[in-house]
Amino acid sequence: MLLGAILGIWLLGWLLFEGVATLPLGRATLTGFQTRLNELRDSFDAARDSNVFLDVVVGGIRDALDAFVVGAQDLLSQAAFPRPVPQVGWLGVVALFAWVTYALAGVRSTILVVLSLLSFGVLGYWSESIDLLIVTFTAVLIAVLVGIPLGIAMSRSRTVTAVATPVLDVMQTMPSFAYLLPLVLLFSIGPSAAVVATLIYALPPVVRITAHGLRTVAASTIEATTSMGSTRTQLLRKVQLPMAKRTIIVGVNQTIMAALSMATIAALIDGPGLGEPVIQALQTLDIGTAFVSGLCIVIMAIMLDRATTAASQRAESERRATRDPRRRRIALGAGAVLAAVAVYLSRSYLWAADPSRLPDLGRPLADVAGTATDWFTDTFSAVTGAIKDGFTYALLNPFQSLLADSPWWLVAAVLLAVAFVLGGWRPTVTTAVCLAVIFGVGLWQDTMVTLTMTLVATVMVMLLAVVFGVWMGRSKRADTAFRPLLDAGQTIPPFVYLVPALALFGTSRFTAIVAAIVYAAPVAIKLVADGIRGVSPTTVEAATSAGSSTIQVISKVQLPMARNALVLAANQGLLYVLSMVVIGGLVGGGALGYTVVSGFSQAQLFGKGLAAGIAIVALGIMLDRITQHAAARSGRR
Amino acid sequence: MSTQAPPAATVPGQDEVSARIARLDEARRNPLLHVEGLWKVFGTKSDRIIGTPDADLPRRELMAKTGCVVAVKDVSFDVAPGEVFVVMGLSGSGKSTLVRCLTRLIEPSAGQVTVAGQDITSATDAQLRELRRKHVAMVFQHFGLLPHRRVIDNVAYGLEIRGDGKAERRERAQEMVDLVGLSGNEDSYPDQLSGGMQQRVGLARALAVDPSVLLFDEPFSALDPLIRRDMQNEVIRLHHEVGKTMVFITHDLQEALKLGDRILIMRDGAMVQVGRPDEVVGAPADDYVRDFVSEVPRSHVLTLRWVMRDPRPGESLEGPVMGPDTVVKNAAHKVLASVHPARVVSGDRLLGVVDREDILRVIVAEESP
Ligand SMILES: Nc1ncnc2c1ncn2[C@@H]1O[C@H](COP(=O)(O)OP(=O)(O)OP(=O)(O)O)[C@@H](O)[C@H]1O
Ligand SMILES: [Mg+2]
Repeated sequence: MLLGAILGIWLLGWLLFEGVATLPLGRATLTGFQTRLNELRDSFDAARDSNVFLDVVVGGIRDALDAFVVGAQDLLSQAAFPRPVPQVGWLGVVALFAWVTYALAGVRSTILVVLSLLSFGVLGYWSESIDLLIVTFTAVLIAVLVGIPLGIAMSRSRTVTAVATPVLDVMQTMPSFAYLLPLVLLFSIGPSAAVVATLIYALPPVVRITAHGLRTVAASTIEATTSMGSTRTQLLRKVQLPMAKRTIIVGVNQTIMAALSMATIAALIDGPGLGEPVIQALQTLDIGTAFVSGLCIVIMAIMLDRATTAASQRAESERRATRDPRRRRIALGAGAVLAAVAVYLSRSYLWAADPSRLPDLGRPLADVAGTATDWFTDTFSAVTGAIKDGFTYALLNPFQSLLADSPWWLVAAVLLAVAFVLGGWRPTVTTAVCLAVIFGVGLWQDTMVTLTMTLVATVMVMLLAVVFGVWMGRSKRADTAFRPLLDAGQTIPPFVYLVPALALFGTSRFTAIVAAIVYAAPVAIKLVADGIRGVSPTTVEAATSAGSSTIQVISKVQLPMARNALVLAANQGLLYVLSMVVIGGLVGGGALGYTVVSGFSQAQLFGKGLAAGIAIVALGIMLDRITQHAAARSGRR
Repeated sequence: MSTQAPPAATVPGQDEVSARIARLDEARRNPLLHVEGLWKVFGTKSDRIIGTPDADLPRRELMAKTGCVVAVKDVSFDVAPGEVFVVMGLSGSGKSTLVRCLTRLIEPSAGQVTVAGQDITSATDAQLRELRRKHVAMVFQHFGLLPHRRVIDNVAYGLEIRGDGKAERRERAQEMVDLVGLSGNEDSYPDQLSGGMQQRVGLARALAVDPSVLLFDEPFSALDPLIRRDMQNEVIRLHHEVGKTMVFITHDLQEALKLGDRILIMRDGAMVQVGRPDEVVGAPADDYVRDFVSEVPRSHVLTLRWVMRDPRPGESLEGPVMGPDTVVKNAAHKVLASVHPARVVSGDRLLGVVDREDILRVIVAEESP
């Protein structure tokens, strides 16, 4: 009702004032604020050696991380001067990884890891793949070293929890694109900035899940062991950590997956790894190359996910193993000897060191993919074009016009009103602050375009979520059929989704939207499905026995009762979509995402890119707060 | 609260029960566990309630007025070495809180607890740990076992954290596993055992540290009735074998009567009555207790002390001789078979007589209350 009235006023205002006070900004124009950000960067660059904080603290971190990454690269992936190849060649690397996997996760995972690593070599991306693994694991190592103690501290102290939770919230909801540029400000570009970006993005899961795992250790067990006189340390070491071990490994798994996805994106700030060829290929529209390098990322994601999942299951089964532990020790010892031999071979013979001696499947595969895409787009361009244009003209353009061509004060008023109606006065205040920030950084119209794409994509995501979520929630078979697909979809770094979207639809806003929908749908669908499944079967039975039709059961019982899950799905959908829509700046998404990308590539646009990053964060916080409060409200009802 | 003394003095009787009662009464002068004026108030600013008229408000009113709950209200009692002391009451009456206050798993708000002469309420953290490690062990309703440890390592946990050597604790744990009848299951994990077996592990774990006091918080409530009966018998057997002092929480009157030397009945945090089973059944302190015990088969609990009367003039005094603490049910056969009324004798003093009619009155009253 109220929302309808707001929409009416908005339409009226739009008719009267279209094109007035829309605050556009030319591509190469900078506002005063943005110019000042440029100057800020210059002064950071100038002060890098003279300022104590920048030189000692930041410089120290930077040098240490760079040295670590470069050292690992010399060892495993890049030519180590004066050698033409790394210290350990591909055979040795494969053997080492295999041995570690065998020790932690078992035989099946070992086979998977070996095949995956070999495929990187065969596809022609050996050193990029290993580089990506190095950046990922450097960040994960630090995340685990910092995150587990922090999680422990959070589980024991309310103060730590109260301080850490909002920080983790921000780290997690902030679109990954947004903090790349501020890091450049501090660390300049290169491996260290990539590691820090990856770390920031990957830290929250392990901290949260560790704290959660420890906190949910059965209170009765804690009480019983306390009653026997355990000290706090004994409690932690002998009771809480062992009982939470499995959960903590799940947290590490999520941290690894998050790190992988961020480490690929960090290629934008010169992080080494597979992200580089993907970005280059995206920017030159070389679908074949993008496909092969993207495929390597997917393989790596699956490999890491499967191996860490197996490791967590093993943590459970191993301690119960009735098998003779000696046999395992012998196998491990034999594996170590084999790995040592492989390392020796790879240091002595070029065939075992140089991955380019492996058969090359990458080039032919890229050619095939390129040709297939060309054929497909030639043949179906009518269809894909029609879909794209239909969507763009019927939905995207009108809505964008409404948001971006209305006067700024009208849109601001509408957004504030919506925030108030949906969430009450607190998100309204947040919205006001965020809008002020967006206004202040001088990117109002770009932000509105990005907001349009985000909202439109989220509407599509929610449609998918309701259709598939209801289906999965009602049918066990649909659930078992789709869930693995959705899980797999979630483990793949978002970057990769750009490749097929680009292949189908070329560079356009629509391409970014498609990628965003594909990226965000799995989370939203799962949330809705769980919500529907959570509706008490008795209620459904009662409604059915009262003579409701299936449609009535869904629309009058299941959806209303799963309302909370729907709002939560919308919240997650929005955040996922936003972070992908801005990455879509790489494939013609325009607006804020494009502005960030040009901030990386053109020095004089750095300030503008940074401003866009700030606008993205403001937009994200605004959308998150509004939907969070709406969710809390619907939960209370 | 009232402890109406039964008529008659407690001179050592000739039967075993009387002897035990007398022994415990004597021992209680020098109690192992001494609780005095114990209070626990949950809620913020709870310290402003004790000693004010607010403390006497009914729970709901106090909750509405101050947001606090008085879970334990001015409770005092003594437990003699070797005694089984049962605390009983409906759900929410404060039993669990009371028993946790004894080792300060819950910090009491006021009052004093002494174990073997040591004041618990003023103990330092280290002293408290020492007490928990060596002197007082507890068995819980939900077992609280460590799922990642084998049975044997669960049992050894208490020995491990106090730093006993490996061989030594393994041997002791094995002894305990055997004692509770779990031999052969040492290497199982808790989730491979039934509820009853898991609680046996809990029992063995508590016994392993050789404590002087064992606390039980509704240890058998989560078990089904048959297993519960087994476990009760197990506790009685263990009590015979190891003779530990026990504080046993339950909401099951049958269990209380079966196990308890004495029973403390609580309502809304306060003590309503303390007494031997026959005292609670024979002389309920108020309607709450009377209601509680109304379903009990009185002949199973009441002793001759409660049914005897002075001999009528000219009545025959040639019937069989019995102790005053003989349970009616056990005396019935002899009394009913005799033509003369039975004589209730303590030492060489005649306390009273019991005839068929007196016995039948108890049994018939049971049938039609
Ligand atoms: N941590 C707590 N905070 C606030 N109130 C509590 C807390 N623990 C217990 N209470 C309250 O104290 C009262 C006594 O609780 P307690 O658990 O001791 O009862 P109980 O006799 O053990 O009951 P049950 O038979 O259900 O175990 C209850 O009213 C309960 O709500
Ligand atoms: Mg209780």
